[in-house]
This record gives sequence, C-alpha cells and structure tokens, in this order.
Amino acid sequence: MSDLIDILLTAGFWAATIRIVSPLIFGTLGELICERAGVLNLGIEGIMTVGAMSGWMWVYQGGDLWGGVLFAAGMGALFGLLHAIFTVHLGLSQHVTGIGITLFASSLSYFVFRMLLPSATTPPKIVPFQSLSIPRLSDLPWLGEALFSQSALTYLAILCVPAVWYVLFRTPVGLAVRMAGENPVAVEAQGINVLAVRTGAVMVGSAFMAVGGAFITMSWFDAFYFGMINGRGWICVALVIFASWQPGRALLGALLFAGLEALQVRAQQSAGAFIPYQFFLMLPYVMSILAMIFMAHKTKYPQALLVPFRRGERV
Amino acid sequence: MHPVLEFRGVTKRFGTLTANDAVSLTLDKGEVLALLGENGAGKTTLMNILFGHYQADEGEILVDGNVLEPGSTQAAITAGVGVVHQHFTLAGNLTVLENTTLGTESLWSWRQDNKGAREKLVSLAESYGLAVDPDAQVSDLSIGEQQRVEILKALYRDARILILDEPTAVLTPQEAERLFATLKSVSQSGLAVIFISHKLHEIMAISDRVAVLRRGALVGTVATGETDSAKLAELMVGQVVKRPELVPLDAGKPILELGGVSTPGDGATSLHDVSLTIHAHEIVGIAGVAGNGQGRLADVLSGLIGGFSGSVKINGAPLAAGSPRDVVASGVGRIPEDRHARGVVGDMEIWENLASEDLRAPELSRGAVFINKAFGVSRAEQQIQEFDIRCEGPFAETKLLSGGNMQKLILARALSGQPSFILANQPVRGLDEGAIAYVQSQLLNARKRGAAILLISEDLDELMALTDRLAVMSHGRLSEALPTGSRTIAEIGLMMAGQSAEQQVA
Repeated sequence: MSDLIDILLTAGFWAATIRIVSPLIFGTLGELICERAGVLNLGIEGIMTVGAMSGWMWVYQGGDLWGGVLFAAGMGALFGLLHAIFTVHLGLSQHVTGIGITLFASSLSYFVFRMLLPSATTPPKIVPFQSLSIPRLSDLPWLGEALFSQSALTYLAILCVPAVWYVLFRTPVGLAVRMAGENPVAVEAQGINVLAVRTGAVMVGSAFMAVGGAFITMSWFDAFYFGMINGRGWICVALVIFASWQPGRALLGALLFAGLEALQVRAQQSAGAFIPYQFFLMLPYVMSILAMIFMAHKTKYPQALLVPFRRGERV
Repeated sequence: MHPVLEFRGVTKRFGTLTANDAVSLTLDKGEVLALLGENGAGKTTLMNILFGHYQADEGEILVDGNVLEPGSTQAAITAGVGVVHQHFTLAGNLTVLENTTLGTESLWSWRQDNKGAREKLVSLAESYGLAVDPDAQVSDLSIGEQQRVEILKALYRDARILILDEPTAVLTPQEAERLFATLKSVSQSGLAVIFISHKLHEIMAISDRVAVLRRGALVGTVATGETDSAKLAELMVGQVVKRPELVPLDAGKPILELGGVSTPGDGATSLHDVSLTIHAHEIVGIAGVAGNGQGRLADVLSGLIGGFSGSVKINGAPLAAGSPRDVVASGVGRIPEDRHARGVVGDMEIWENLASEDLRAPELSRGAVFINKAFGVSRAEQQIQEFDIRCEGPFAETKLLSGGNMQKLILARALSGQPSFILANQPVRGLDEGAIAYVQSQLLNARKRGAAILLISEDLDELMALTDRLAVMSHGRLSEALPTGSRTIAEIGLMMAGQSAEQQVA
C-alpha cells in the first residue's frame, strides 16, 4: 500500500498520466461531438491510425510538425466525410459502417506506410514535439515536472475541453448539433439542414480523433508501427458513455483511465506484477459498464443517437 | 389587398396516390380556418407542402401575394409560417429556451444572446397567456405545456400564419379549452390560424370558416356560422354514415375479473392496484391520456407480460399470464393498439396473418410440425368474405391493405373464435367513417351474443357513445367504472389530468 502512495507522490507518475491522457482527450472529444449530433462513430480506431500515420509521414517527408497535425486532422475529416456519407446521407447502419471504416482506414494506413517505406526494418524516426517550458510555471518544484513539462499538443488537448464545451453549449451551432442528436425533425422544422449539421459534426469529430492518433506518433513516441493505437479508440467510445456525453466528465474519465495505466506500469515494476496488466486494460470498460448500470435511468443520452434522418419521408 | 395565404391548384402525388388534387384555398388576416377531413384526406400533406417538407407536383403557394419558394422550410419560416405539428418537434433533453432559439440566430456567431431571447420569450408568453418556464427541461413538461412551447416557438419567429395539426388529439378536454382561448387571442392580435381536425364539435367551436378535404380534393368551403355538424360530416365523408348505437342489454355473469393488479416500476406507465370486473353483454371503456398505463394493462390482458401482482381471471379461471397462446386459447380476442407494429406482419400473406393466432389448432397443424395450408387458405377465404376484407385474395401481401381493411383482418382473426372477452385497444384510430362504423358494429354484435368487451380509447366521444360503463386511467391508476353518462365530460377530463373525484369536490 505504501508502495502505491509513493508512486502517487512522484512527479513522474503525474507527468506520464498527463501524456497518456492527451490522445484519449482528443479521441473522446471527437467521439463526443459525433454522438452529440446523433452519429456513433466506430471508425475511431481506424481514424486514429490514419492520424498517427499521416501526421508522422508528413513530418518524415520533410514537413513541419504543426503542418503534420493539420494534415492528420484533414485526413481524419476525410474519413469522417466517408462515414457521414454512409450513415447520414444514405442512412445505413452506424455500427456496421463504423467497423468497416476502422478496418478500411487501419489497413490503408499500413498499406500506404509500407508502400512509401518498403524496405524499412527498424521503424524510422522523426524529431517529435518537445516539451514546452512555460516561464515560471515549469520552474516550480515538483509541480513544474508533474504538470508543466509537456508538449504543446498536450496543452492543446486540455484547452480543447473547455473549447468544445463552449461551442456545444454556448453557441448557436453547438445548439444545432445537440438538437440534431436529440430530435432531427425539430432541427428541420426550424429551417436548418440536419444532414449538413450531422456531416459537419462527424467531420470535425473525426479530425479530433485523427489528431489524437497523431499525438501518439508525433509527441509521445517518434515512430509509426503496426497496432500502435492498440484499442485506444474503443476506450474513447467507452469513455464517452462513462462521461454521459459531457466534455468535463470526459476529461475526468480519461484522467482516471490514464492514471490507472501510468500506475500499472509502475506497479508492475515495484510490486512485482502481482496483478496482471490485462486487469488494468480492462478497467475502463468495467468503469463504463458500471457507470451505465448506475446511470441508465438518469443519463440524458442523445435521444436520436443511431437514428438516421431522412428528409421528406412520409410520417 | 392580398389574402395572407393562398394555395393555387396545389397537387401532390405519392406514386399512384393523389394526396392533394388541385387544392385552391385562401386565408385572411385574423381568421381561424378549420381544415376538415378524414384520416388520409390530405390535410397534413397540404400543410407539409406549405412548410417546405414536401414539394408540390403542380400549383403554387402565395404569402401576401408573393410566391413561396417550394421545398424550403427556411423560406416558409421567413415568410411568417409557423407550424405546430401533430407530433411535437421538441427535444426533450433540452430547455424551453434552447428549443425556442434554435435556428433564430446566425449559426456562425460566437455567442448566443440568451438574455435577449429569454426576455422576448417571457414577454410573448405573458401577452398570449402561454405561461411556461424558459429554463424548464421540455421532458418535464406536460403535453399541454409542450404544445404551448410549440406555439411559442412559432410566435418567437414572428409567425403571422399559425398552423395547428390535430392539436387536441393529445389534450384533456380542459387543456383543449385553454388552447381554444389561446387561439382566439392569437387571431384577435392579427394572426391567421389554420386549425386541422376531424373533430366536428371543435371545429364548430373555434373556426370562422371551414374548408373540407375529401380524398385529396377540396370539396367545399363554408362559413362556420352557416353550417352545422351534420352537414359538415356529410361533406367530409361524402355520404351519410351512421355510427351504430348501443342498445341496452342486461349484463350477464362476470367474465373478466381484475383484482389489485400492479406491475413493477413506479412510473406513470406502470399499473398500480387496478381492479375491474366486466360482465357478459357489457362494454366497459377506459378513458385517459396516452401513456398513463393503458398500454401496460393491454399487455397484461394480451398475455404479453407475466410479471405482475394481483389476480386476473377469465371466466373464473386465472389468466395464463405471459403466454399469449394460452391467453388466446382461454377465450380472449385481442385488437392491438398499433395495427402495423403488433397486429399484422406486413410482408406476409393475408392467410398467414389470419392463421397466426391458432397455428396449433388441430385443423391447422399436421402433427405440430407442418401447416395445413389448404385449410388455412380456405378458412381465410371465408373470413375475407364474412368480414368484407377488400383485397385480391388470401395470397395478397398484408401491407397492401388499407387501414380499414387491415383492421377488418384483425377483427376476423380475433372474433372468429367467438371469444368470451375482447380487448379492443384504440380499435378505430386512424380509420375512415365507413370503417369506424363497421368496427363498432362488430363490437356491438359480439356484445349482443354475450362477450365482455374492454374498450381503451383516447376519444371521449367514442367512449360516451359505445360503452355501458366507463373508468378513467391516470398515472397507472384506474378509477371505479361507473355507468357511462353518470359523469360529465368535464369531470372525466379532470380525472384524466390526475384529479380524483374527492379533490374536485374540495
């Protein structure tokens, strides 16, 4: 037990937690935006892979880091558009399309990677985002190392939480997005194009997901290899439910999960791995299932989630 | 001086069906125009064309003498058209204010003027007597209040033409009175109102002028003061249709006995201590606003759910709870609420749907493995003839039947076995006058031969005309069933809203 407290008191544990949480924040916010508009996006796992590959590749081919982030976001938006064409415009199953997008996007990423770098044996590296020191704050003892020794992309992730909250809950376009996820007929009746709102939301959400993937290859590690998203997309899907579709709670859930992951790595080292690491990998799902059981009656989930909208249909 | 609104030869076809046939109609400022017609006469289609949900195939619509851009909801709103749809277009998880302001500001603005919006909403609500809390979540509001929000939504967008599609279908009689008062004050302030309904007494009460649609065509426009219900009914239906009348019969032995039935859950849709006895030769009605436990009671009596406490007896024997097949075998005939969802399988043939309730009957099954199709088909042919189901024959697809004929199929299946108890849940909803008269006379025939009948309906007029005794359901509780006519419509309305008889006295 004292081992555990020792770990929680080290600045390194907190620094790792905040690094681990960044891609989850991007992914969870992205999924949250899609689902708030009424579209489940199970393409997230593949879209994160696309982001990880394309952002990294941009830099590897000589582009600059922020250009890589933008490129990844654009590629994510493109796959979001694909998802939206199938689910929003054609009204097809969101589950089936999402799984299809994940399979297609992941495989395409690996294919393009291999095509551009056919002979690489050890994964080639780029110079990733470096930690951004913030005057005064980064020099604080303990806190400086724990919280203020992160890369610019991490700070961006954290800033995105209030930004997404503000747009969703304080602007007219955010109201339209939320209404599209609650009752698309109401959106149509107020003279707003539901299909456009949903398509836009899915594209923006997918761009977020892709940036989450890009974080992993451009800020956390410095290379792209196969299977590196490793289920993080699915974790984001679970975290959205855990968060009851609220950005602030999504941050809390993601922090909780990231903390557990950082803890398990350290606990394995110090406690001799008396708990299998798979147990920790399982935790966010258990958390989500428990959250769903306890909140099932109270949660205000988007009422039109998974429900396609067809204009001018006889009702 | 142009009329506020003018339809010029509007025609709309869906496949081979002509939903609107060259409809021409005008509406003046401050006028309440009732649009009358049976289900399927084309009222809602016409309004959907006005509001840009559909595009007319021919003709045009003018607002203040200017042609309205077809197929654009935005254009209709800008021109001052506001619609209160039959099914509300509200988001239950959002607040009244959010529901109202959606689409009123430019989408690409960085902030929302909630303060100004709230002020405008509150002042509108005050001036029209539509009290509602702007920050209330819509799902917490009653149906009547939600309708007020829908009206406020239209007024908030400066509507000058207000359209209400079957607005009283979901209201208690008191809420309907209040709506009529609102409509009067709205029209006095200069708005033009179109009131869509098929209920004649409402139209007589509220409108200045009546336009009657039949099978998509406008068959007449009359000033309300120069007509009466009977003339309007004839105009609407195209012929004089008389609904059958209840003749007094002496009640027989008890057939259905419910004692203290409760289902799990504490919501308004669960049952709480429901007791009721229905005798042979008797029709007992249940009045109530939709969603107050009627559906759950029907599920229990149909054998669809078994998890309840209390006792249910049919002819003195306990109901085979939770087993639809045994429930049917014990002499229960069921007319479900939703024909399409629960009554028939649309993709299957008529004879298959007719055979679906007694597949294990010895004549129909061969060793409980094969179906005796020859018997099923020949019986279906008989039933088609006996119940006058208009179709191409037993092998026609069921979903091709009209609503009335589909209901006849269900009647044939439910009544052929001479059940001693009949559950009729909204048996005439959405049917035209001819079919309504047919269904009601079949129920009365069953009563005559000695069946006990439970009639669940949201239409008080139907209940008053067709039942021997009447009970009211509210929040899952059932009042005592008293002889129909011993309570006034107003009393029943208050009970539907959840007030008990004692509260009314106090």
